[in-house]
Amino acid sequence: MKKLALKELESLFAAIAAQQTLYLPQDDAAGQAQFAAWKEGAARSRRLNTARSAKDLFFPQVENLAGFKREGKSIEIFETREDVRPFTVFGVRACDARSFEILDKVFLKAPVDTFYASRREMGTVITLACTKPDETCFCRSFGIDPANPAGDVSCWMDEETLYWQANTAKGETLTSELPMLEDGGEEAVKAQQEKLHVILEKLPLAQLDLSKVGAGETEALFNRPEWKSLSESCLGCGTCTFVCPTCQCYDVQEFNTGKTVRRFRCWDSCMYSDFTKMSAGQPRPTQLERFRQRFMHKLVYFPDNNDGQFGCVGCGRCLQKCPIHMNIVKVIKTMGGGDDAK
Amino acid sequence: MRNDPLIPKLAVVTDIRVDTPDVKTFRVVGLSGKKPFEHIPGQCAMLSVPGVGEALFSITSSPTEEAFVEFSIKKCGCVTNWLHDMEPGQEITIRGPYGNGFPVDTAFAGKDLLFIAGGIGLAPLHSVINYCRYYRSRYGKIDIVYGSRSMEDLVDYPEIENVWCKEDGINVHLTIDREQPEWSGHVGFVPNYVKELGFTTDKTVVMCGPPIMIKFTLAGLMELGFAREQVYTTMELKMKCALGKCGRCNIGNKYVCKDGPVFRFDQLDELPDEY
Repeated sequence: MKKLALKELESLFAAIAAQQTLYLPQDDAAGQAQFAAWKEGAARSRRLNTARSAKDLFFPQVENLAGFKREGKSIEIFETREDVRPFTVFGVRACDARSFEILDKVFLKAPVDTFYASRREMGTVITLACTKPDETCFCRSFGIDPANPAGDVSCWMDEETLYWQANTAKGETLTSELPMLEDGGEEAVKAQQEKLHVILEKLPLAQLDLSKVGAGETEALFNRPEWKSLSESCLGCGTCTFVCPTCQCYDVQEFNTGKTVRRFRCWDSCMYSDFTKMSAGQPRPTQLERFRQRFMHKLVYFPDNNDGQFGCVGCGRCLQKCPIHMNIVKVIKTMGGGDDAK
Repeated sequence: MRNDPLIPKLAVVTDIRVDTPDVKTFRVVGLSGKKPFEHIPGQCAMLSVPGVGEALFSITSSPTEEAFVEFSIKKCGCVTNWLHDMEPGQEITIRGPYGNGFPVDTAFAGKDLLFIAGGIGLAPLHSVINYCRYYRSRYGKIDIVYGSRSMEDLVDYPEIENVWCKEDGINVHLTIDREQPEWSGHVGFVPNYVKELGFTTDKTVVMCGPPIMIKFTLAGLMELGFAREQVYTTMELKMKCALGKCGRCNIGNKYVCKDGPVFRFDQLDELPDEY
């Protein structure tokens, strides 16, 4: 393990940024934390987590797939993909770090999505352990330890010091290029972890009962009458999808400039009616079916196909952002995981 | 161009055949003049006209066609309208093939086959039927029940009448919904016709058509004593990637694009009723 006095943090960021783009959470004009490229003098956000998740860096909201030019009966296809340069992201929380594992299971499964794969290959993830989790945090329910986050490098921070632990070859390489890091820090980290574990025990949502959801529960859950009351007030705004670190559904659309056509993909949401609407009909005609799809996918279908792993990391963003205060925790509880959400 | 499963290849439409007032069959070859890919019956491909859109279509031609692939396409949306208006020689983009296809070399081998289609539902079965005709000795008796709204709406009518109807061991049963002066064949809906014909239950059934036809024909087959394990169909849901990633053809834990589009009814019974 390595460590660095916090007053030297700026020099660490500068050393990384000298070689590649360094993203870290910074407060935007609205006061929300977002991952943004670090520049000299940029202040690191003190917020617990970013408003949008870290998935943006690997699966951007919009990305060009290809360009086309159509003239008469001919079509020309041309490259629109930009080279992905090596980059580092600092300050990813344990929940978002787990989300990469989940996204990998979708995008890196054959046939591999090369757009996502190249960003995963080029990106180095430096996580940062939590010290003051929110009441909306429930990563613990999914077996995530916010005191011991994954990533190429794991970091811990107290008032005076940054602690640094390289976990992968990529992390080791980066570490070897940062001479300001000194050895030591194991005991301070251990003490911080113990302290956090005590706080985690007291979080209201840290121990959700997931026994009624998960792989193999489609038959038990799909026709439950509670979907009606749960979905009734859903506005179908898609905010939950937008901030979710594991939502990965996308649309493919085109922008016709008149001269050329850009084909791009962009995030989409199963909460929208257009998502499944086709000329032959609409298999999910009301918000009930769309709402149910989103939660069944995270809580049953994804675990069915991925050795029981849930498609949720408990980051709590949807709890904070949903305009009608509906969320996955209420769904889990209503379906039998503890007191219901009435 | 760097490769990615979402990046299509260019192809050219060499021939367009008018089948019915709203169905045309498009013959497609790669720019090299060769077939763009090899496929198995029941698989699909993504066709696109840049600037108009991309959509998934079942491949109508048999894999035994060496020179091209064909798609019988009904005019019913942006992309299909454009395809219907274009002329031979037009380039399009293509990617695929996608999906599981029919088990023509395994579960179907040695079996008597009963094909049931309604309207444009013949398109995916056309590939299987011609594959089975090509390897005729590998299969038992073949029955084809095919119905449409009218005589004019029977897709591939010349091939059906001049080729399929004249082959030994193939029984073709055509029907149209309403009487027409020039029609001397059967009149009535497919589900009723299937029951009237009363097939023996040792057949493997392959069915495709509008949902209402599927529903009542399946019920009729059950009445005749068929088991759901014997009946195959092919599904269609909205798709963008056809790679099992974009998320929209999801039915329960299955993706129609990669786990389907071909399912047996006992397999569909295990999925939530959302298609």
